[in-house]
Amino acid sequence: MRIDFEDYFALTQLYADYAAIVDSGKYDLWPDFFTDDCIYRLQPRENYERGFPLATLSFTSKGMLKDRVYGIQETLFHDPYYQRHIVGSPVVRKADAERLECEANYAVFRTKLSDASTVFNVGRYIDTIVRTPAGLKFASRQCIYDSEMIPNSIIYPI
Amino acid sequence: MNQTSSIFPRSPQWESDGTHRIPFVAYTNEELYQRELERFFYKSHWCYVGLEAEIPNTGDFKRTAIGERSVIMVRDAQGAINVVENICAHRGMRFCRERHGNRKEFVCPYHQWSYTLKGDLQGVPFRRGVKQDGQVYGGMPADFKTSDHGLTKLKVATRGGVVFASFDHEVEPLEDYLGPTVLKYFDRLFNGRRLTILGYNRQRIPGNWKLMQENIKDPYHPGLLHTWFVTFGLWRADNKSQLKMDAKHRHAAMISTRGQGGKAAQVTDVSSFKESMKLHDPSFLDVVPEAWWGKPSVVMTTIFPSVIFQQQVNSVSTRHIQPSGHGAFDFVWTHFGFDDDSEEMTLRRLRQANLFGPAGFVSADDGEVIEFSQQAFESKPFHRALAELGGHEVEDTKHMVTETLIRGMYRYWREVMEAT
Repeated sequence: MRIDFEDYFALTQLYADYAAIVDSGKYDLWPDFFTDDCIYRLQPRENYERGFPLATLSFTSKGMLKDRVYGIQETLFHDPYYQRHIVGSPVVRKADAERLECEANYAVFRTKLSDASTVFNVGRYIDTIVRTPAGLKFASRQCIYDSEMIPNSIIYPI
Repeated sequence: MNQTSSIFPRSPQWESDGTHRIPFVAYTNEELYQRELERFFYKSHWCYVGLEAEIPNTGDFKRTAIGERSVIMVRDAQGAINVVENICAHRGMRFCRERHGNRKEFVCPYHQWSYTLKGDLQGVPFRRGVKQDGQVYGGMPADFKTSDHGLTKLKVATRGGVVFASFDHEVEPLEDYLGPTVLKYFDRLFNGRRLTILGYNRQRIPGNWKLMQENIKDPYHPGLLHTWFVTFGLWRADNKSQLKMDAKHRHAAMISTRGQGGKAAQVTDVSSFKESMKLHDPSFLDVVPEAWWGKPSVVMTTIFPSVIFQQQVNSVSTRHIQPSGHGAFDFVWTHFGFDDDSEEMTLRRLRQANLFGPAGFVSADDGEVIEFSQQAFESKPFHRALAELGGHEVEDTKHMVTETLIRGMYRYWREVMEAT
């Protein structure tokens, strides 16, 4: 099914807003992109393609996302870093009155203090987006990453 | 220019016969690192290569590493597991590029030399030359024997579904290598049930490989670094704990049973504990005891030099250390479950896996501290680290307030590394 310009605009706005927030450091706002019973997964492409269920992070509720934010802000000791998402245009695979199924390529650069910017995590979002009274929300966002070796750790949301 | 530098020593200057002060140079010197590869990874030790469940069928293979050497674990037509080095006998190419798959034979693409799944050379193109005008041109010499040119075959040992291999065919039996104390905890986790593979996590940690062994031999840090553990009451100072080593002090088990009595705040004594803090979604900590545990709820087993076996409540995994130069290693996590797990238990193991791995609530920071230790070691190689909590001795204990396991590992390290 074709989607109209308004929908496509809302969709690209959602993607742009998401990237802006996860790069801004305002992680408190990250869970608001999702529905209450959302799925968020950060998974190596290897596991995804071989049918292994393990993910690097696998959250199945908005509450879990809030717990992750608390972990980032309060409990996880880590080197501070900036991250910068570059997200491609979404491909809409399916659309109906309730939901959109889309994909988009992403690349995340990491910049540590006093250091050069490096390619941090590269992959593809596989999303299910639903229409809600508060606008489009992710019912499911899977970040399936090509990057074979995580450069030590991933702390902030992709 | 051959006087000894006081800033950049070429060998570790231990302050005593003990191992409670570890010279930074033990983590930074390339020559020492090569000796470690030779003495720990390539001779007289068993190294982890994988789980049998990763290669269930004939011809299934997995490419992995021992030290810096690429090896292939493969199941042959008889059902046996072979481990061969990923180096063609002809021109030395690392011929196997896929990380897993299924093969009837191994073929090096360069000149099509082919090998059986046991590693025997079976085909050499143009071995007998080319016939042209009644003449034979070229070919291998008459005395060339395929039997002399197989792949390097490793000695293999399997136990409870876990596969170890050694380049050294004189290595002691695996059970003797682990020793009875550690074997007991190995058998507790790998008690003969079939394993199911849940998947992998891979991270590259810019620190010396030993630091990861030390991290899991250090029960001092979890309640302090991993504030997530403490915040949500998972780590408590009244946890009943034991630290046990094999007779050579190279392997260890950290055994812990969750404390039950009293309020967590009274027994935590760590400022980061916040009684009011509750998880928005408590299912991260939906722990269900399993019959095979016996009493302990956590057993972390360090098998020197290459692997850590994790049981953290319902989350079980192997963590494979693959060193890459003195200053980095690849850390490969294989999470698994058991054939008789219910669907709920599988989901529980996967949910608890959020605590571990390169982004995990209580593991991401382990990689971070290792990186920052290595940075300091590189800049000040004449200095040394302390491992004096609990004294200077090497002994099993019934508490966690000690660095005895680190001292034990370095006692063994010194024995092996200082031998002529």
